[in-house]
Amino acid sequence: MADAGMLRFHVPEPEVRPGGTPDFSNVTIPKAGSVPRPEIDVDPRTIRDMAFSIIRVLNRAGEAVGPWAGLLSDEELLEGLRNMMRLRTFDARMQMAQRQGKTSFYMQHLGEEAVSCAFRKALKPGDMNFPTYRQAGLLIADGYPMVTMMNQIYSNEADPLKGRQLPVMYSSKEHGFFSISGNLATQYIQAVGWAMASAISNDSRIAAAWIGDGSTAESDFHAALVFASTYKAPVVLNVVNNQWAISTFQGIARGGSGTFAARGLGFGIPSLRVDGNDYLAVHAVAKWAADRARANLGPTLVEYVTYRAGAHSTSDDPSAYRPKAESDAWPLGDPVIRLKNHLIHKGVWSEDRHTQAEAEILETVIAAQKEAEGHGTLHAGGKPSTRDMFEGVYEDMPPHLRRQRQQAGV
Amino acid sequence: MPRRTMIEAIRDAMDVSMGRDERVIVYGEDVGFFGGVFRATQGLQAKYGKSRCFDAPISESGIVGSAIGMAAYGLRPCVEVQFADYVYPAYDQIVSEAARLRYRSNGDFTCPIVVRMPTGGGIFGGQTHSQSPEALFTHVSGLKVIVPSNPHDAKGLLIAAIEDPDPVIFLEPKRLYNGPFDGHHDKPVTPWSKHELGEVADGHYTIPLGKAAIRRQGSAVTVLAYGTMVYVAQAAAEETGIDAEVIDLRTLLPLDLDAIVASVKKTGRCVVVHEATLTSGFGAELVALVQENCFYHLEAPVARVAGWDTPYPHAQEWDYFPGPARVGRALIETLEA
Repeated sequence: MADAGMLRFHVPEPEVRPGGTPDFSNVTIPKAGSVPRPEIDVDPRTIRDMAFSIIRVLNRAGEAVGPWAGLLSDEELLEGLRNMMRLRTFDARMQMAQRQGKTSFYMQHLGEEAVSCAFRKALKPGDMNFPTYRQAGLLIADGYPMVTMMNQIYSNEADPLKGRQLPVMYSSKEHGFFSISGNLATQYIQAVGWAMASAISNDSRIAAAWIGDGSTAESDFHAALVFASTYKAPVVLNVVNNQWAISTFQGIARGGSGTFAARGLGFGIPSLRVDGNDYLAVHAVAKWAADRARANLGPTLVEYVTYRAGAHSTSDDPSAYRPKAESDAWPLGDPVIRLKNHLIHKGVWSEDRHTQAEAEILETVIAAQKEAEGHGTLHAGGKPSTRDMFEGVYEDMPPHLRRQRQQAGV
Repeated sequence: MPRRTMIEAIRDAMDVSMGRDERVIVYGEDVGFFGGVFRATQGLQAKYGKSRCFDAPISESGIVGSAIGMAAYGLRPCVEVQFADYVYPAYDQIVSEAARLRYRSNGDFTCPIVVRMPTGGGIFGGQTHSQSPEALFTHVSGLKVIVPSNPHDAKGLLIAAIEDPDPVIFLEPKRLYNGPFDGHHDKPVTPWSKHELGEVADGHYTIPLGKAAIRRQGSAVTVLAYGTMVYVAQAAAEETGIDAEVIDLRTLLPLDLDAIVASVKKTGRCVVVHEATLTSGFGAELVALVQENCFYHLEAPVARVAGWDTPYPHAQEWDYFPGPARVGRALIETLEA
């Protein structure tokens, strides 16, 4: 063998940086409807190629095509559109509220609304999500009150979490939404544990784990795949690949594996990629994976290919690390516009009705915001008590905390 | 009353708990078919089935992380980490997740788990089978931390831990599994079958968390100890002839401050001992509490005897381990101060 010379260190780089022209020519987009839909009891070894394709339903003409289409009624699709619009409007108002100093921090979903809104509709009551901070659509689509979410964001006197958690780290057992940590990837293995418990208890409920592209590099992601694979846990393992982990492009976490879905193959877990900006495709794939879990067929790994059109958080400025126009160049489009066009194409929606719906939704979000602000914002009005700070560390307050509470004068 | 080794008592605690409550699930590395490398779970899989007691992949964060999910579901997992030295991959799950789940969700989700792990030295285990990491857990709000020193307590405390509504770190001094080792490594250890604290009642009983026990009455100096050091301290008192009162803390968090303060106010002197490294060890917290609460009763500086601030060595185990000679010297110095 020829001498290769000195060893060279390799650091992957994104295609373009600020100042460059956005280029997604390396992202292969299969035609809508082209990926087959196997039976849920398919031998995982026969569908390994699905980890390298993208399941899509909506084509450029706004038609729903192929074997993954046809699961949702017009009413369900219209509800899906409204939920995504609610989430987008909610985000815009809360982003603005943070800029106005009404809270410390916010994280929006812009461009990724379809993922959590559509996924929620594939679950049943009692199922449990273990979300990250960018799946509030799970709550919105399940009818969780926006005003309660805002109370949490404002850490006000009506905050169900008593001001203890950073904004957007919601918790609602009732709505199948596990308490968000803010630490990354920890929830992934917890979801598998929850699913194992459901199987141990001969229950029928399933779990859904959520993680972003960047956090798949955490060891808990791999622990979760081992446990899910070993115990055939009834869990849907979701990876939301929105291309950017703060300033780090997805290639840093993905390495040489080609896709994030491909991570599941070594574990024998059926692994699918889906167009994350296609409401119908997200729902159909989520339903397929949930049906597998419920039928004792074990875990499914799903990679949602999407794009984080907004900043990582209110503390982030993406113009420092990616071209400003990159979002517009994203080849899978915008999830709201795509579903809107589909419904217009079907003749059950129109530009006028859309504009009217936008105004109505804005009105309800503003009304909720007004109500929430009546309970206070982070630095003004009603707030959780100092006493609340000492409660709930344990079920029963131990003596040392009791003494400290006395010292604090509450 | 039947006599049991500490391993048998711990196994009995899990057996009793699994028999009473089908939500109790036991798993960990080598825990299922084989019954654990220290045999603490022997027979539990055969008795309760593979859904209640099973082998886990070698992934401590996976074991604890999945247990947190199970607890959120409504089960009561009692998991084993094979050695306390192996717990660090699970540290994020314990610190950021288990300990805070109740607080951050305002009780929407809770985390009643027990993480058992053999702790401490004295078995020529080198740096990866000898550590005492208790202070890493007592520093975390939301956890409870137990270190039993005998079979009777181990059973009652473990059942109480399994029934506790919050996460509990249960550190088992492995050198005590077979008998009350007092640091005299060149002498045989009395087996638990010949020791009164080896008496372990059948069936269900609990020992409340947060209650210390006085192992040796005395009036000259108070020794605060837990785990293996309880016996080392007693041996040091006998060998120096010093009238020491030895308190076995049993639970480090929550701590029985009342018992500590009552004893130190009586004796006016205090020596704190533990196997773990000295700097920022749990002894530092004990000394701070003693001076805050007993300063005007103290007649001497509070002394600490602990592991040296080095990694736990192999060949030099008995130079490292704070045995009865070192504790005895501290007792003498504290009385002479």
